[in-house]
Amino acid sequence: MTRRAFRAACFVAVAFLMAGCATQESSAAQKDLKARKPAPPFTLRDADGRNVSLSDYKGKVVLLNFWATWCGPCKIEIPWFVEFEQKYKDRGFAVLGIAMDDEGWEVVKPYLTKTKVNYRILVGNDKIAADYGGVDSLPTSFVIDKTGQIAGTHVGLVSKSEYENQIVQLLGGGGAGAKRSD
Amino acid sequence: MVAALALSAQTSLNSLSSVVNVLAPEKVVAKRNTTQNLDFTVQVKSGFHVNSTTPTDEYLIPLRLTFADGAVQVADIVFPKPKMQTFEFATKPMSVYEGDVHTTAKLKVPATAPAGLQTVVGKLRYQACNDRMCLPPRTLEIKVPVEIRN
Repeated sequence: MTRRAFRAACFVAVAFLMAGCATQESSAAQKDLKARKPAPPFTLRDADGRNVSLSDYKGKVVLLNFWATWCGPCKIEIPWFVEFEQKYKDRGFAVLGIAMDDEGWEVVKPYLTKTKVNYRILVGNDKIAADYGGVDSLPTSFVIDKTGQIAGTHVGLVSKSEYENQIVQLLGGGGAGAKRSD
Repeated sequence: MVAALALSAQTSLNSLSSVVNVLAPEKVVAKRNTTQNLDFTVQVKSGFHVNSTTPTDEYLIPLRLTFADGAVQVADIVFPKPKMQTFEFATKPMSVYEGDVHTTAKLKVPATAPAGLQTVVGKLRYQACNDRMCLPPRTLEIKVPVEIRN
């Protein structure tokens, strides 16, 4: 092998290694198919008093986000989720926000009026928190695949790209090629 | 490996349940018709903060220390000046407490208070966050035995 060919081969090898690492990083938080468990079913009320069930979103990728009006880190994520809802809703994606304020709609409704959230918000309760493992801190988000299985869990504030890469992968777009926008 | 990760996650969540502690007097001896200081220390775990009694945002849950009225009263609760701290997740500085927060109150024993042991019961309501996550609002009960003498 000539020196030039050797250098080219090394370059290609490094490029493959880096691509492999990037893929692993973007899917690190995503569970393998075998490790995924069914997302617990629930029915909660939206701002108009209508019952909304997780089963209404069958066949869609769902970002289930537990948050509260008193949670600062949660509010960093909300504009990201507004963007995701707008960008991916036509591809079979939806964000569902579960507000965990003890005062319920009394505080959540005025907040939503000011904040202009374009996705559905429901008020949560102790039961849904317990069903989803306790939700001991906020924000806590679950990314649910099209078959209703939990593909990813995020506790605390994470990067926008971590969510977006996962969503795109589950929609069938491939994580490594997703546009990083954080 | 998945089981080990799950255990690690659960351990870290369990440790979040005690990020705030209150040190209160173990016992107070007081005479009738007197007023004396009570010292409390609210201990906030390193890396966490609690909103002050006057948070900068209407949605934030303020720190509140209250005592039920009984044979003796606890009043005039004074917190130190809070810190104005900037966090990555906030657009403006927040009014918070971190570390040990030394608080004083006045124990008022009326002239008609019965002699013997009374228990003053207080509640500390707080809501704690670190720079990535927030814990639900919690209420800690504080009990201070007070021996009332003639």
